[in-house]
Amino acid sequence: MNNNLRNYLSIAFAFFLFVGIVAGFQCCSSDTGGFIKAKEFGGENEIVLTTSQPVQDNIAPESFTVFEENDPDILMHPSKIEKGVDQKNNPTLTLSFADPLNQSNTHVVKAPELVPGTGPINLEVARSYLAFLVSIFIANLLINNYVFTKYLGLCVFMGTSKRKKTATGMGIVFTIVMLVSAVMSWLVNTYILQPFHLDFLQVVVFIGLVSLTVQAVDTILRKVNPILFNSFGVFLVLVIANCIIIAVPLYMANNHYNLIETIMLALGAGGGFLLALYLMSNVRERLELAPIPESFRGLPIAFVMAGQFALAFLGFSGLQIL
Amino acid sequence: MERGCGGKPFLLAQKKRFSPTNTMSNTLTKGQLIARGVLSQNPIFKLALSMCPAVGMSTTVMNGLMLGIAVFFVQVFSSMTISLIKNFIHPRIRIPTYTLTIATWVTVIDLVLAAYLPAAYAEMGIFIKLIVAFAIITMRLETFACKESPSDSFFDAVGMGLGFMFGMVVIGFVRELLGAGTILAGTPIAIEVPIHPFLFFILPCAGFFVVGIMMAFFNWIEAKYNEGKTSNE
Repeated sequence: MNNNLRNYLSIAFAFFLFVGIVAGFQCCSSDTGGFIKAKEFGGENEIVLTTSQPVQDNIAPESFTVFEENDPDILMHPSKIEKGVDQKNNPTLTLSFADPLNQSNTHVVKAPELVPGTGPINLEVARSYLAFLVSIFIANLLINNYVFTKYLGLCVFMGTSKRKKTATGMGIVFTIVMLVSAVMSWLVNTYILQPFHLDFLQVVVFIGLVSLTVQAVDTILRKVNPILFNSFGVFLVLVIANCIIIAVPLYMANNHYNLIETIMLALGAGGGFLLALYLMSNVRERLELAPIPESFRGLPIAFVMAGQFALAFLGFSGLQIL
Repeated sequence: MERGCGGKPFLLAQKKRFSPTNTMSNTLTKGQLIARGVLSQNPIFKLALSMCPAVGMSTTVMNGLMLGIAVFFVQVFSSMTISLIKNFIHPRIRIPTYTLTIATWVTVIDLVLAAYLPAAYAEMGIFIKLIVAFAIITMRLETFACKESPSDSFFDAVGMGLGFMFGMVVIGFVRELLGAGTILAGTPIAIEVPIHPFLFFILPCAGFFVVGIMMAFFNWIEAKYNEGKTSNE
């Protein structure tokens, strides 16, 4: 079992390494070249440009035009421009705005001629891709937790949260099936459904893929690792009855996520379900011993507890992700 | 030959409740089948299945009713389909067969609603598509439709569909009454109730509290009823 655990951990590690490398590659591939070395958001109302050559003096703030990429009608101008240097003594240009910027959207900066002889330039300023991936993960884990803020998967949630051991088993199996079926749904959606305009088949195809995954995991696990199957096999069939498993592919298709974003979405949703199950099972083990009115025993008190968790999770809605 | 049914119950949580009574052939009349779905085995308050829409979609009576109607049709059509083809389903692939049958009917209902009732469709959003994963429908297919005749399955499905609709409307009634002070707002028969609206009940998380308290309330009524019956005897 110890050996097994080490194998799984190394697989998980290799997977995260892969995600990291691909994400890093995507992140660096968006380099502009030229004399702009870096462009990023500074404070909540700042855009910082780092240049390789000193920019010319007397640039008026009005000569810059900034807008959000998906909203090109609303133009903004910086209220003031400051020149400075960063740690490596590269010249920087800080554009300050009167109001905070919505940093989750890509901003397009139309700049005038900064260095003599180069002409005006257009720049796209976006948050780093890795941060975006992490934000998808955290958003689905906490802020939009599928159980406590989207109210999905409740049947299985109530059915398997009586014991801590059952709850963690269900959560782990669910996360694995979620990950596999989300990746398969992404492949089918991107390469078959979208090119042939078969959007109306989404529900049938996605749930079919889930059933297929569950059946495959069931068969493989039964042969390859019977011990693991004995402890986790009973949860497999419950996975299909969980609304989250179909909500995630639909959400992915609506938002046109790419593969890595889909993986982060699936991990966030699965992890959120695991977290919810674990929290709830802890409470319900205590509730078994508590003096509760007769008619509230069992499910009714569990629902009231879930309501309190949901209230607590409302607090995460104020969380601002980098 | 092994038939498509008679395997282990689909839902682990429901094992205790269902295996003894439902593995044998149906002896209930049509009226009893319907009454069972609405009252003694109500999908929301008694079986505690399909809780996601009961919490997420029950902010008003109208929302509850619309989703209830959608679920009703999906349940009836899927039960009938499975009941008709039950002899051709191999037991090992019965669960995927149920899921694909339900998914087909959900797609049909989804397209019909999008075409004829776009406003209600926009209101319900993703929940229509999620009917495919509602445990109640799969559970009825596994425990009833794949063993019984199409006509019995039809009445069982009607009972369960009506029971679900009834539960949704009752929860929606309480939440709309207390949260907005209206009943059936936006329809010709809207009623204004002169109470101070308590915003908490419109907040989605209140769904958990309302469902929990109502379940306890029904348990209490049942206990009182049984108590009265035993003391009379």
